[in-house]
Amino acid sequence: MIFCSAPRSWLRPPMPEPVPAAPADPPERAEFERSPSDIGTIGAVEAPLARGERLFGNIAFRRALVLIGIAVLWEAYGRWLHDSLLFPTFTDTLRVFVQGCLSGSLSGRILTSLRVLLIGYVAGVALAGMLTTLAISTRTGNDILTVLTAMFNPLPAIALLPLALIWFGLGTFSIVFVLIHGVLWAVVLNTSAGFRAVPETLRMSGRNVGLSGVRYVTQILMPAASASILAGLKIGWAFAWRTLIAAELVFGVSSRSGGLGWYIFQAREELETAKVFAGLFAVILIGLLVESVIFRAIEARTVRRWGMQR
Amino acid sequence: MNSAALLEAQGVTLQYKTQQHLVTATYRVDFSVHKSDRFVILGPSGCGKSTLLKAVGGFLKPVEGSITLAGRPISGPGPGRMMVFQEFEQLMPWKTVLGNVAFPMRVARRLPAREARERARAALETVHLAPFADVYPHMLSGGMKMRVAIARALALEPEILLMDEPFAALDALTRRQMQQELFELWKMLGFTMLFVTHSIEEAVTLGSRILLLTAHPGQVRAELNAADLDGVDSSDPRFGKLTRRIHDLLFGAALLAAPADA
Repeated sequence: MIFCSAPRSWLRPPMPEPVPAAPADPPERAEFERSPSDIGTIGAVEAPLARGERLFGNIAFRRALVLIGIAVLWEAYGRWLHDSLLFPTFTDTLRVFVQGCLSGSLSGRILTSLRVLLIGYVAGVALAGMLTTLAISTRTGNDILTVLTAMFNPLPAIALLPLALIWFGLGTFSIVFVLIHGVLWAVVLNTSAGFRAVPETLRMSGRNVGLSGVRYVTQILMPAASASILAGLKIGWAFAWRTLIAAELVFGVSSRSGGLGWYIFQAREELETAKVFAGLFAVILIGLLVESVIFRAIEARTVRRWGMQR
Repeated sequence: MNSAALLEAQGVTLQYKTQQHLVTATYRVDFSVHKSDRFVILGPSGCGKSTLLKAVGGFLKPVEGSITLAGRPISGPGPGRMMVFQEFEQLMPWKTVLGNVAFPMRVARRLPAREARERARAALETVHLAPFADVYPHMLSGGMKMRVAIARALALEPEILLMDEPFAALDALTRRQMQQELFELWKMLGFTMLFVTHSIEEAVTLGSRILLLTAHPGQVRAELNAADLDGVDSSDPRFGKLTRRIHDLLFGAALLAAPADA
C-alpha cells in the first residue's frame, strides 16, 4: 500500500509523459460546385408489386385468413370428437344459425337485443354528453363528476341488476338502466380526459376568433377531443353489449320478449348445443361487425384522416 | 408623426399565478404601436414578452395600467387582433388547409361559405400554398403549417397581427426563408404587426421598431429604430452595429453591475 501511494519519483525518475501525436491533417482537396442534373426517369418509375405481395399487404385479407383458419380447426375438432352434444361442428352451427335467421327464431332475438341495446346506449351517451358539458363549464361540476366516475366506473354494470330488478321490476327498463350505467362512465371518463388534453394553443386560437360557450365546445373542444371521444364510445359499446347478454341470461323470465342471451340460455335448457353455439356465434359476429365495420369506418373518415390517430 | 397610435400600452403590469407562486411578468411597461409598424418586442426568456402579447390578445388582464386598441380598451380575445402562435397545434387538424383559413372568416365575420372559401384561396395564393388547399395540416411541414397560420390571420384583415415567436420552432434555414416571406408580405399588404422574439437577428431583420425588455420582471430598457435597415443584408456593418448595441443594452456591463449595488 505504501509503495503504491508513494510518488513515483521516489522509486525511479519520472517517465516522460507520452505526447499525443498531432492528428494528421486531412489531405488537401479541390473545391467544386455542381448544378443538379435531370434525374431522368429513375425517380418516377413505380414498379407495381407482385399480386401475392399486394394480397398479403391487405389487412382484411390477412385477418380473413385467420378467421378461415379458426373455422377449419373448429370443424376438424368437431368431426374428430363426433359429439354434437358437447361440441357441434362449424357447419352444424352455421346451419342452425342460418336456419334460425331465416325462420326468425334467432333473428327475432337478435333484433330484440339490438333494440334494447340501442336504447340503453343512446341514453347512456346522451347522459354522458350532458354530464361532461356540465363538468367542463364549472369547477364544482368537474369535481362532482370526477368523484362519481371514480366511484362507479369500477363497479360492473351487471352487479346493479339485482337492484334494478327491485326498483323497476322485470322488464326492459331494468336492462336499460344497467346498460346506461355500463356506457355512461366509460364515455364520461374518456371524453373529459380528451377535453383536458386539448392543447392550450388550440384553445386560444379558438377564442381568438371569438368563439365562446356552446360554439366553442362544439367547434373546438369536441373535434379536438374526437379521438378520445371515439375511444370512449367504443369501450362503452363493448361494455353495453357484454352487459346486455349477461343480463339477458340472468333475466330470462319474460321469455317471450327475451333477447339473444335468453336464446342461449333456453338452448342450454333444451340441450341443443348447436343452438347455444349459434347464439354465441351471433354475439361474436355482431361484436365484430360493430367494432371492425362501423367504428372502423367512422375512424377512417375522422381521426385517421386528420392524422390524430394512426 | 403626430397621428394617434393604433395600440397603446401604458404602465402595464402583468401577473399570473402558477401552482405555488404569483409571478410578476412585466412591470409598468409602456409602448405604442402605430399603423403599419413592424413592432418587435425583444428580450431574454423570462422578460414577460409572450405574456405581454397575450395581454394584447385579450387572454390576460393587466393588474395595473391599460392597453387600448384605437382608443378602445381591450376586454377579451377578438378577431381584430389575430394571433399567430409558435406551436403548430394552432391549426385545427380536422379541417383542411383551406378550411382552416376560411373558418375564422365564417365565425368572426360571418361571411357566407363561398365568399370565405374564395378569400381563403386568395390568401393561400399569397403564401404560395394554393396547391395544398385540400390537404390536412398533419401532412404539411413545419414551415408550411406556419404559412397557413399566417395566411389565416392575414385573411381576416386584423387591425393588428400578433406574432408570438412564430418561427422559433422552425429549423434555421426555414426560419430565414419565413422571415424573408413575412417581410415581402408586409411590403405587399402593409399590415401592422406586433412581433415577439428572443432572437436579436430576427428583431433586426424584421422590425421597424424594437422594444427591448429586461428580465424578471420585464421592464422597458430601450426602444430603437430599425426601419432604415429594411432589406439590408446581415453582412452590412449597420446590421452588426445595431445587433451589437442591442446586445450591450440587454446584457451589457451596466446591467450586470446593477444587482451588485442593490
